Amino acid sequence: MTDISDKETMPVGRRGFIRNAAAGGLSLAAVSLLSGEPVAAQRGRYGTAAPADAQGDADLLNAALGLEHEGIAAYTIAAGSGLLEPAVVEVGVLFRGHHQAHRDELARVIRTLGGTPVEPKTDAEYVEALGFAALRNQTDVLNLALRLERGATSAYLGIMPALQDGDHDHLAARIAVDEAAHFTALAGALGQSLPGNAFIFG
Amino acid sequence: MATLRALVLLALPLVCGSLGEAEGRAQTTEGARLYTQRCGGCHSLDADRVGPRHRGVVGRRAGSIEGFLYSPALRGAGFVWTRERLDRWLQNPRRMVAGTTMGFSVASAAERRAIIDYLESQD
Repeated sequence: MTDISDKETMPVGRRGFIRNAAAGGLSLAAVSLLSGEPVAAQRGRYGTAAPADAQGDADLLNAALGLEHEGIAAYTIAAGSGLLEPAVVEVGVLFRGHHQAHRDELARVIRTLGGTPVEPKTDAEYVEALGFAALRNQTDVLNLALRLERGATSAYLGIMPALQDGDHDHLAARIAVDEAAHFTALAGALGQSLPGNAFIFG
Repeated sequence: MATLRALVLLALPLVCGSLGEAEGRAQTTEGARLYTQRCGGCHSLDADRVGPRHRGVVGRRAGSIEGFLYSPALRGAGFVWTRERLDRWLQNPRRMVAGTTMGFSVASAAERRAIIDYLESQD
């Protein structure tokens, strides 16, 4: 395993970033097996008119929306930090776009359930909460992104058993897989091997 | 021979104590890893994020971090976090406090214990 502290210079270029991510060892096809559809289908909840606890699902998805707001802010702040090479900024903007799409879909579902989507905090609050002031270089920023993506993946997997509606399970699983793909790309960019033990997330 | 046996017997509690401490440290290290992996998506020790900060949680009244937007259910829970309550919480937060927005649970008792040990060590 490479010591990431020795790797101040990141691979440049979007293709290089993704190529290095693939070399990190986790097939995205394998990750896609985490897709929630079979899980939800096994539960036999598709086709039900409404979840037994619509408010409960809305609350859980609202917590997930908070994670998406945080991720969007993190990539936005990082892009403007001056610590990243342009090619890495480009990848960060790509990932931010994914989080924005997650945000929009989560907000839509929460409204459908009669809930009110949670609003983002201010950038200043995110800067303080995520410890941006202590970040000194690109490696620090990428490590922060890695932690956030790993935590988000686990969070989505963690709420799935509590969601009452199979469609919401499926949405959470689809988002979790996106976050796992981000994690894999970031780990590869940092030159990190993936964890040796199975059940990396959750 | 008798002297040697006596020395061994005298030393035994020290050895056991050291092993116990080492086991405790290992448990806390595992707890730190589990905390980062399982809880770190939403929580930090010292910052309010999607969930409230955790440093000092053992012994703190539930729903009492000033400025954090708790669910009404947790804000009005009216209890103090103990190891036992944290264990029940991590088993199934929504069964313990209906209406909480936390839906994440930890099925393994050993993992819950390691996480709680870690949290307690960070007070």
